[in-house]
Amino acid sequence: MTKVSMSVNGRAVSGETEGRTLLSQFLREELNLTGTHIGCDTSQCGACVVHVDGKAVKSCTMFAAEAEGADVMTIEGMANTDGSLGMIQQAFQDHHGLQCGFCTPGMVMSAADLLKNNPKPTETEVRAYLEGNICRCTGYHNIVKAIMAASGQDVTIAAE
Amino acid sequence: MPADGGIGASPKRREDVRFLTGKGNYTDDINVRGQAYVHFVRSELAHGHINSIDTGAASAMEGVVRIFTGADFESVGGIPCGWQITDRFGEVMQEPAHPVLAQGKVRHVGDPIAAVVAETYEQARDAAEAIEIDISELPAVIDMKAAVANSDVKVHEDLISNLCYDWGFVEENRDAVDAAIKGAHHVTTLELVNNRLIANPMEPRVAVGDYNSATDDHTLYTTSQNPHVIRLLMGAFVLGIPEHKLRVVSPDVGGGFGTKIFHYAEEAFCTFAAKACGRPVKWTSSRSEAFMSDAHGRDHVTKIELAMDAEGMFQALRTETYANMGAYLSTFAPSVPTWLHGTLMAGNYKTPLIYVNVKAVFTNTVPVDAYRGAGRPEATFQLERVIDKAAREMGIDPIELRRKNFITEFPYATPVAVEYDTGDYHATMDKLSEIADLSGFEARRAQSASNGKLRGLGVNCYIEACGIAPSNLVGQLGARAGLYESATVRVNATGGLVVMTGSHSHGQGHETAFPQVIADMIGIDASMVEIVHGDTAKVPMGMGTYGSRSLAVGGSAMFKATEKIINKAKKIAAHLMEAADSDIELKDGQFSVAGTDKSVAWGDVTLAAYVPHNYPLEDIEPGLEETAFYDPANFTYPSGAYACEVEVDPDTGKVDIKSFAAADDFGNIVNPMIVDGQVHGGIGQGIGQALLEQAVYDSDGQLLSGSYMDYAMPRADDVPYYTVDHSCQTPCTHNPLGVKGCGEAGAIGSPPAVVNAVVDALQRAGHDITHIDMPLSPSKVWSAMNS
Ligand code: FES
Ligand code: FES
Repeated sequence: MTKVSMSVNGRAVSGETEGRTLLSQFLREELNLTGTHIGCDTSQCGACVVHVDGKAVKSCTMFAAEAEGADVMTIEGMANTDGSLGMIQQAFQDHHGLQCGFCTPGMVMSAADLLKNNPKPTETEVRAYLEGNICRCTGYHNIVKAIMAASGQDVTIAAE
Repeated sequence: MPADGGIGASPKRREDVRFLTGKGNYTDDINVRGQAYVHFVRSELAHGHINSIDTGAASAMEGVVRIFTGADFESVGGIPCGWQITDRFGEVMQEPAHPVLAQGKVRHVGDPIAAVVAETYEQARDAAEAIEIDISELPAVIDMKAAVANSDVKVHEDLISNLCYDWGFVEENRDAVDAAIKGAHHVTTLELVNNRLIANPMEPRVAVGDYNSATDDHTLYTTSQNPHVIRLLMGAFVLGIPEHKLRVVSPDVGGGFGTKIFHYAEEAFCTFAAKACGRPVKWTSSRSEAFMSDAHGRDHVTKIELAMDAEGMFQALRTETYANMGAYLSTFAPSVPTWLHGTLMAGNYKTPLIYVNVKAVFTNTVPVDAYRGAGRPEATFQLERVIDKAAREMGIDPIELRRKNFITEFPYATPVAVEYDTGDYHATMDKLSEIADLSGFEARRAQSASNGKLRGLGVNCYIEACGIAPSNLVGQLGARAGLYESATVRVNATGGLVVMTGSHSHGQGHETAFPQVIADMIGIDASMVEIVHGDTAKVPMGMGTYGSRSLAVGGSAMFKATEKIINKAKKIAAHLMEAADSDIELKDGQFSVAGTDKSVAWGDVTLAAYVPHNYPLEDIEPGLEETAFYDPANFTYPSGAYACEVEVDPDTGKVDIKSFAAADDFGNIVNPMIVDGQVHGGIGQGIGQALLEQAVYDSDGQLLSGSYMDYAMPRADDVPYYTVDHSCQTPCTHNPLGVKGCGEAGAIGSPPAVVNAVVDALQRAGHDITHIDMPLSPSKVWSAMNS
């Protein structure tokens, strides 16, 4: 067991982990941040996406120990300081971009990363960026629409 | 559309706030103090005799609490099947034993052989590696036709063959159908496969068992679409726990699509082991385990023949299907290729004679059961594909051929035992033509052609039977359960309501949509209504959510219970206003006396019910809480017309979906936003089936598509924006809300549209191709073009 320390959602945290403990497990089991979900064991579903030092990362692809000293942001840190939904979260609710909610934390974290690097993506760019995030419920329609809306673009073309 | 969140409005979903902030409560988020973790040792072979299991070394490893094998479960029951089919000769189906952990034999890759309970997951996994299992491999039974033709190798030695049942429907029509086909002007024949799929809800299954030795109470937290069904099946048939000593909780569930209906061995294991080990036991499925332990879906091999007269009027339909059951009978497996499939073979058409034959077969594969649509996609796919082929053979436009044969008068009794209450198939086809801009297709095709792409248009209809189901009917058909739904409406003193529904929400948004109905009935704000579901300790016996039944059946139960509440509240209001019960009207949350200006508010009445100082105690009891059980009189019959346009790349065979339009008739609509979302999701899964997904076994029974690296899930860039419309509404006549259900339509209606479109594109390009089996991967399409 080794001790790891990092900042998660702006709060300094530390815990004991085995070398093989994944960051996703550490967040869920040690820190009780259960918003980060685990949907696969081959790093393909994207339910576990968090930000590490400002970059979107599948938290099942790195060991907790590798995040030593890092600045980690999870879905629990995405709301506004007054507790209201952040802009991307609000767009997902406004456009019904989630059903069961299981893929949602990863989708929101990925969307935030996309919009940070590409503030006005095209529909094609949004769809391509989401390659690593699987949703089984929504058929992606309203997820894409929510992300386009969150980027301030017109989504009437996607109106039903 | 009301702006107040009542019926027909689209308020934002209240459940979203917790899901968007990481505050959902999924089963894997539940840890019970003192819990141990279980890891299952699963068969790597498809078929074999277990000679020995040596757990000695593993038991001594660090952290191991106990190791279980099949021997530990000899004194309990097996996993039961909930539906018994009677075959065409009047015999009941063959029903094999299904032990919790394998006894004597393994029958599919993933069959659980042993289970290690340890202090941590890692320790359980490490110890599992040290268990020595000696298995003599047997030849695997994989191909269904071979399995039936040759009984030398049997999946179950104690059964007489690998054939579960040979079902004929309607058996009395068999000869008449044969004769009609023999004498027909034209018969179109199509052989096809409905590809085997894996449901893949994004949340893997989880079970946590807990036991209180002081009270003898068991609790199971599980990822289920129907906690009461699990309580009944597991309590009564597997572990012998009376229902009042067993609580089953399904909190937030991350998608189901059918595969979380069934009672699974892991649930029984965790419940059993919690008592045996004296501490809570938790299992979280990995995705790899899910691929080899969640029930799969579809997997039909079919030959269909459609007989027509010279004008293209349908005369008779005959279909013969081999349906894979896998190695054991999952909970509802036998009903899927029979009553959920054969009864839909009339589709939207007036075919007078229909005969359906289904041979259900045991193989050394994961059990197969209901997956979104369950039987209805299989029926729709073969029917709508054969009609498309028939149109080309007859030289009739495919839409015209459908229209000619549409059922136009309702109620309509089909030759396959069901009676459609309402529908308007021309209206949905007209609507489709408008929203899909069908008349603009030629121009779009020319545009594609100028880019070197082959464009095709596929159109089809569908009908489904949902809102399952009348209990007396399904009882006659072999169901070992009733299919009513329940609701308790509890009004609090200050006027708020809590509704305990037997339906379960795992993405469908019941917490938002159900209150809209009650808000509308009483005339209060929807925020005054709270929905409770998913806990057998809280809600009345309910059958859960599947088969697009929640609003049609569960919503109707809630409606009935609310009606009882309103009737009682009116009596209280009459007393308070010293008027006759029959003069009381309820509008906008106010009770008034007809023809006067006297009124009392909803909150005054609810308070009086719990503080009955001025109250008709001699006539009615205090309190305001009512329960209703609603048993539907019939299935509901949503229908629709779908269109897909594709571009095929002639060089690579890659199919691009350019547009997808769906015109559905779901009857009345409570929340249009949620309905749109349900259709989108269904279409996404249908496109997945048509283009991408397939569970593949090799001839040794190895699952070749056992992870997301090999099983192609639809991603965001595989699908377009969809155009959906549900403005055609013929309300259901036999439930109080007039609703039909919308959960499965997209998955039922979309695969034939995609395949019809691809075949259309290829035929327009001069290829003599009448069918390609799903999934239409680039290599399959390319091979078809170049063979
Ligand atoms: S759990 Fe990390 S990608 Fe699936
Ligand atoms: S909302 Fe259920 S998986 Fe995306």
